[in-house]
Amino acid sequence: MAMEQILELLQEDAKLTPKQLSVMLGEDEGAVESAIKRYERDGVIKGYHTLVNWERTETHKATALIELRVSPQKDTGFDEIAGRIMNFPEVESVYLMSGGYDLAVTVGGRSMQDVAMFVQKRLAPIDGVLSTATHFVLTKYKDGGVVFNSDYEEIDERGSNLCD
Amino acid sequence: MIDYDKLVNPTIKAIKPSGIRRFFDIANEMEDVISLSVGEPDFHTPWHIREAGIESLEKGRTRYTPNRGFIQLRQEVSSFLSRHYGVEYEPESQVLITVGGSEAIDLCVRSLVCPGDEVLIPEPSFVCYVPITQMAGGVPVTIETGPENGFKLTAKELEAHITERTKLLIMPYPNNPTGAVMEREELLEIARVVEKHDLLVLSDEIYAALTYTDEGHICFSSLPGMMERTVVVNGFSKAHSMTGWRLGYAAGPREIISLMVKLHQFAIMSAPTTSQYAAIEALKNGDDDMAYMRGQYDMRRRLIVDGLNEIGLKCFEPKGAFYVFPSVKSTGLTSDEFCERLIYGKQVAVVPGSAFGPCGEGFVRISYCYSVKHITEALSRMRAFLQEL
Repeated sequence: MAMEQILELLQEDAKLTPKQLSVMLGEDEGAVESAIKRYERDGVIKGYHTLVNWERTETHKATALIELRVSPQKDTGFDEIAGRIMNFPEVESVYLMSGGYDLAVTVGGRSMQDVAMFVQKRLAPIDGVLSTATHFVLTKYKDGGVVFNSDYEEIDERGSNLCD
Repeated sequence: MIDYDKLVNPTIKAIKPSGIRRFFDIANEMEDVISLSVGEPDFHTPWHIREAGIESLEKGRTRYTPNRGFIQLRQEVSSFLSRHYGVEYEPESQVLITVGGSEAIDLCVRSLVCPGDEVLIPEPSFVCYVPITQMAGGVPVTIETGPENGFKLTAKELEAHITERTKLLIMPYPNNPTGAVMEREELLEIARVVEKHDLLVLSDEIYAALTYTDEGHICFSSLPGMMERTVVVNGFSKAHSMTGWRLGYAAGPREIISLMVKLHQFAIMSAPTTSQYAAIEALKNGDDDMAYMRGQYDMRRRLIVDGLNEIGLKCFEPKGAFYVFPSVKSTGLTSDEFCERLIYGKQVAVVPGSAFGPCGEGFVRISYCYSVKHITEALSRMRAFLQEL
């Protein structure tokens, strides 16, 4: 459906206005606006975030990917434990994984120690958590589809070869 | 001291370099310039295509290819032209792989044009046709087109420029710089005139993949009777974002292609081998990338046309390539003045329409092979520029 292109465009640049979207898609502006409202209401659009490269700021951040092995509960499987984990504001994402472990949890904090303490004091003791393995992120090359490492940032090398 | 002026070829010496260089030099020296001037895609060559090139290098495939290009590539070109444009070419004898579309244009003109032959060139159009004709000893006869006809060539205008020395018609559609495309009905009328006057046609279809009409691109040789009169030039630069690979092709009657092969084999030998390996991959598995990029350009096209009209630069709707060609006549400035003041005043670079022939005066070429963010920023600077005029 044509309106689903709105999602792709907004995913790339959330600052596009309904007017711009309507021109780009050749749709009526009102129709675009109400489609966006509907997506927001139905929980298709879950929010509008800014991708911040904290490494370029004074603020210190540490992020870790934590592999959790957990024992699934009888009726609820992994849902209950995932639900408990995602309640922590320190937790940025929770995925149920196939393969060698069960839950992949991203945790952010002010320092590595901060994150390590969180894992030790909050995650590991949860009933049903069998083991944790903490992997700290050393540098972000790319996140949310955007290149973060300045060595790899796009430079427009195109010249104007019209008449050379 | 050697007097080179007396020794060099006077025909080449007489070819005018374009004054536009100076303008780009200004742009290059300024800071915070936001350019809408380039004529190449902002997309990188899709990774699977680059990988095919890399893999060929890793395997040490670094030798010459046959003069006409790898037969696998010519087969892929032939099948591409058939599946997209419904024209059938024999890979063995009717396809030649060249160093970009530009080489194919040069080879074609030199293979066909004898000294004194007239070559019809609709303008505004890409800058190479006139000098290439002159270098071949031919006489360029330009045909002006304008916004009243959507910058299309009409049968009437064409016929009015035909003389007994007319040999070749160049069809530059989808058009750089105007973005004009010609639809089937209009092309049929051109074809009738071509047949009546026994002309040959060089159809430069390098922007074919970037056509935004419902009927899509119409290949000139697909028109009745035109297969035997047409050399179609196309390539990988625009369709597959492969400008730097320098790879294009010509497809046409074997009698003409075989002449072009002669020129090509002595001047070039064979088109770059790495690029040919990459191109095979592009044609085999690149249709989705092509469709994706066309979709992206199409959205930007609508955005920029709407934006230009809104800020008061009247803009006919381009249906092909990645350029818009708005009139700047309402400002009272010439193309050159407009561009110069825009770059000095607001650091936005666009190209004077006069670079593409005298009838491009009063227009500017604006490229939209840039991100939406970049285009939006340029438009807002242009709005401020117009308000302050």
